[in-house]
Parts: sequence; structure tokens; C-alpha cells
Amino acid sequence: MDFGRISRRHLLQGGTALTLGAAAGLRPAFAAETTIGFIYVGSRDDYGYNQAHAQGAAALKKIPGLKVVEEEKVPETDAVEKTIESMINLDGASLLFPTSFGYYNPHMIKMANKYPKLRFEHCGGLWSDKDPKNAGSYFGYIDEAQYICGIVAGYTSKSGKLGFVAAKPIPQVLRNINAFTLGARLANPKATTQVIFTGDWSMPVKEAEATNSLIDQGVDVLTCHVDGPKTMVENAARRGAFVSGYHTNQSPLAPKAYLTGAEWNWEALYPKFVKMIAAGESIPNFYRGGLKEEIVKTSPYGEAVSAEARKHADDVKAKFLSAEGYAIFKGGLVDNRGKTVIAAGTDRGQKDPELEKMDYLVEGVIGATS
Amino acid sequence: MADGSIGLWTVPLAVLGGAIRVSTPFLFVSLGECITERSGRINLGLEGTLVMGAMSAYGISYVTGSPWLGVLAAGITGALLGALHAGICSLPRVNDVAVGIALMLFGTGLAFYLGKPLIEPTAPRLPAIDFGWWSDVPQVRAALRVNVLFLIGLALAPILYWAFRTTRWGLLIRTAGESSDAARAMGHSVQLIRLRATMVGGFLAGIGGSFLSLFYPGSWNEGLSSGQGITAVALVIFARWDPLLCLWASLAFGGAAALGPALQSVGVTSGYHLFNAAPYILTLAIMIVTCSPKRTLTGAPAELSITR
Repeated sequence: MDFGRISRRHLLQGGTALTLGAAAGLRPAFAAETTIGFIYVGSRDDYGYNQAHAQGAAALKKIPGLKVVEEEKVPETDAVEKTIESMINLDGASLLFPTSFGYYNPHMIKMANKYPKLRFEHCGGLWSDKDPKNAGSYFGYIDEAQYICGIVAGYTSKSGKLGFVAAKPIPQVLRNINAFTLGARLANPKATTQVIFTGDWSMPVKEAEATNSLIDQGVDVLTCHVDGPKTMVENAARRGAFVSGYHTNQSPLAPKAYLTGAEWNWEALYPKFVKMIAAGESIPNFYRGGLKEEIVKTSPYGEAVSAEARKHADDVKAKFLSAEGYAIFKGGLVDNRGKTVIAAGTDRGQKDPELEKMDYLVEGVIGATS
Repeated sequence: MADGSIGLWTVPLAVLGGAIRVSTPFLFVSLGECITERSGRINLGLEGTLVMGAMSAYGISYVTGSPWLGVLAAGITGALLGALHAGICSLPRVNDVAVGIALMLFGTGLAFYLGKPLIEPTAPRLPAIDFGWWSDVPQVRAALRVNVLFLIGLALAPILYWAFRTTRWGLLIRTAGESSDAARAMGHSVQLIRLRATMVGGFLAGIGGSFLSLFYPGSWNEGLSSGQGITAVALVIFARWDPLLCLWASLAFGGAAALGPALQSVGVTSGYHLFNAAPYILTLAIMIVTCSPKRTLTGAPAELSITR
């Protein structure tokens, strides 16, 4: 083994690290503009989850004095810690948005402890009192939007059979499936939702097969909860079925077949966060909201949506926006095995932590969680 | 039937439709790899070639408006990647498996990098031939919408089988794969034979990729292949380096991919992870049953680095 070369290389590495460290130490004195770092687990133009966040980041770019740095396809491993370190030390980021679920613990927590003066905002995590105070988690009750999409789907479907292409049976996904179905049954009490789980967040061939199988079963309106809805939307539209989108607006992919969709509204939330920081207020560490808080929204109605459907959907949306709010998961709720999951008389409002543990499919859903 | 549903018939129909729709990339990659491996070299980089093929086909189809030009571009891209693999492997003391893994990462990475602006636009797709015109059932018609590439692959398998056995270049490829000394003694350049075989293999794998982005699922995104190229390379070993068996194995894998979703759609919901894993369990079972510590796999070219 050539020791001379190895020690020389180590020396060089150490030297570089020292220089970087010195630069980082000097930097805050010059920080005139605020730099915000966004980290995505996938591609930021995937017509899905990551694109929704990237649209939020794009809204921040328009605000003068803000600089946005972005990195895509960062795995949920210690790779995200390296990305955060480089955004802090090389780009001078003081506010970070690691947007994927798996970044939270331990990676973002570790970084928040290491850099206590910087702010970390995580999408989807469950912040608790044990976590650092400069970290926070935010998320949206997108099931409210799915509920409204369900109403539209229930009116539009001729067969009364709706389809749902889902990735994994975790609480967030089940909540969407259940809300979509409950919404559809407001419009058509006999409507059913057939669920197919593909097993992972991005499986285009499986998603296409699931879409085809559902349509073969007579399903005529489909929605999904996978990372990139593009495959489902395009394949369903090709077979002549209607679609309801997810994550972002997919109507450019299938203008005639697109009914509406459940979208994130990060482009409204992120500027709000920045304003709170600029005004010296602190962002609540645990930040949640739905339609009323403008964290989620629904896509504009497509041409195939009837006037009756629009009216009913808009009425329910107004209830969500009203001061007293609206509960999707009301008492007397029965799952698809006939078991009562919410006892009569107890309404579970959106903020109810019980809903975050959802492990059932409601009556009207055809499918099983395992 | 009245409500447009065909009940349990969905399952066999979906497996048939899946065999036709999903199998084509498997078929092209495995036939291409079959040629390459018969010449005595393994190209594990075909996953990267598949993804590069899918990306370039989508890009060219979008820019020129002609999906067939896209297919051609995918083939050429694949052939160039094949030439790169063969070129590096012709250097002394280079391991073809390691080069293949490197090229797999290179191909997927390059495709993701170049394919960024292609995720949003919608490119013209390849047309389908309607073989279900005789049926009134829309599900049957949908299952029998067949792409020309599938038919080409279907024809290519027996042609390759015949060519390996009876033609002069088939014999040359097999000679290079069985005994490079013999090929050299006959006055042929083993490197040149392998270069050509790897390029043809890459060409076919690229075309397999174009099917993914231009026909089914029919758009470019980064999760498009999800390991199908690697599966297809393994499929060649599973098919014992026989083009006809490659065809059957590809059809089986395509049908198996449709099985999980189809069973869930008719209400068989328990154990869907198991059904999704069906093709891999099948492969493992066959490998275990047929392997032996006493001899190499039957049909394996003797010059392959894994058998040597």
C-alpha cells in the first residue's frame, strides 16, 4: 500500500474542509438576502408530489430578497444530511424544506440539533415536544379535497363503480380512499370504490395494469394516490374513463377526461411561512390545515362535470370553509367488514389524532388493507 | 354483463392482455442479451440501455413528431452504448460484469439528466393494431390492441433460433461464445464478433425501451423501467440462452405482472404482495430445481465469465 499518496490525499481533503469551514464561519456577516433550501425525494417535474412542492418553491422565487436552492432525487438516507450540510455551508441557506416523509427522523432532527439557529420545516412528519424547537412539521388534510372529488366522481360515474390506484395501505392513503368513497356516496349512495394497491410509490407498469384491470371491471371514474399520477391519468383517458387528479393539476394530460383533483396548495403556504419569519413571528412547530387554511385545494372542474355535481361539491366546500368546519368521519361509521369503527355520536374532526392511525376501509370500498 | 363488467373473466383476460402489453420490453432485452451472451460476454448494462432507449425515443418522437424515428433513435442509442461496453471490455483485464454495472448506472443517470425536460410534454405514441375487431366486448378489444413492436419481437425469436443453428454468423457467434481459441484458429477476431453482438444486443434493448415510453405505459418518467432491464437479463439465464424460451419466459413474466392487479380488481385482496412477487418466486423455484453443483448450467456458453 502506498502510504505517501494516501496521507497526501487526506491532507488535501482536510485542507479543503478547513477552507470551507472558514468560509462558512465568515458568511453570516455578508448574508444580505435569505436563502431557502428545498430537497425533493424524486424529480421535481413528476406531475405529482414533488412537483407540488416545486411549485411552492417557485412561488418563493418571485419574492424579492429570497434565493431558492433546490436538489432533487435525494434518497431518504444520510444523503439528505449531506445535502442539508452543503445547502447550509455552501449556499448559506437559513430555512430548509426537506419535503419527503423519510427525511424527518433521524436525519432532519440531527441537523436541527447541529444548527440550532437555522429553521427546518418538514412536510408530513409528526413533530413532538421531544424534537428540537427550531424544527417543525406541516401537512395538509388533503382528504377534504378528496371528499369533494368523490362527490364529483359519484355524480359523473354511470356504472356507480369508482377506481382507486393506491401505493400502500398506510393511514394517509386509507384516509384518502375513505374520504373519496364517503364523498361519492353523498352523490350516489350505491357507489363503490374498488382499490388496487401496487405496493410502492412509483411503479408505472403496475399502475397501468391496475388502471386497465379496474376499467375492465366496469369502473368509469378513477383516481389515485401514487407519487406520479401521469401513468394512471393517461392510460385511463385512453380507455375512455374519467379521472380525478392528485397532488397537482393533471388536466393538461387529459383535458376531456379530467373532472377535478385533490391538490396541494404549497404555493399559498410557503410565502405565508416566509412572511411569518419576516414579521418575527414563530411558525407553529406542528402546523396542519385543510381547505380553509389554504393548504389543499381542488382543481377547477372539467367540462364533463354536471351543474348538479358542481353545486353539491361547492356547497360542501363552503361548509369546509365555514367557521364551524365540517367532519368527514362522523359517528356511526362502519368499515367494509361490517365493524363499527367510529361509534355513533362521536364525530372525528380533522385534527383528531385517531384519524392519523386509520387502518380500515369504509363501507363501499372493495378491497382490503392486507 | 349488463353493467359492462365481465366479472371473473377479467383475470384470464388481464393476464393475456398483460402478457401482450408488458412482455415486449422483456422480450427485446432478453433477445438482445441472448445474442450478446451467446458470443461469450455478459452485458449487465442493458437496464441503462433500456432507460436511455425510452428517453431518447420519447425525446425524438416529441421533437420530430414521428414515433418511428423515436424507435430508430432508441435503437441507435442502444447500439452506441453496446459499442461502449464492448470497447471497454476489449481492453486487457477488464471484467465485463463490472463494466456492465457501471454502464447501467451511467445509462440511467444520463437518461434522467437528459430526460428532465421531457417529463412534462406529451409525445406522439406508436399506433396499435386492433386485433379485437371481431369482439363486441370492450375488455377483449382493449386486451387485443397489439403494437407492431410486439409482433416484430414475436417473429424475431424463431428467426434468431433458426439463425443460431443454421446460419454462418450464428455459428460464428456461438464459436466465439463456446471457445474463443477455436474462433481465433479459424481466423476470426473474437473482439470484433463480440463488438457486433453487443451492439446488436444494445440495439434491441434500446427498442425495448422505446416501447415503454411510446406505447405502454406510454410516457417518459424516471420510474418507468423499475428494474425490467435487469429482470430481462436474468430471464436469459432462466431461458437457458434459447431465443424461443426467451419468448415464453417474457410472456410468462408479462402475464404474471398483470396477475396481482387483476386479482385485486375481482376482489381477491389478500396476499397481493405475494402475487406481485409471483414472477420472482417462479424464477427462484426453477433455478433451484434445475441447478446442480456438479456441472454448469446446460446451454451456458463456455466463455461466459460466470461459467468459466
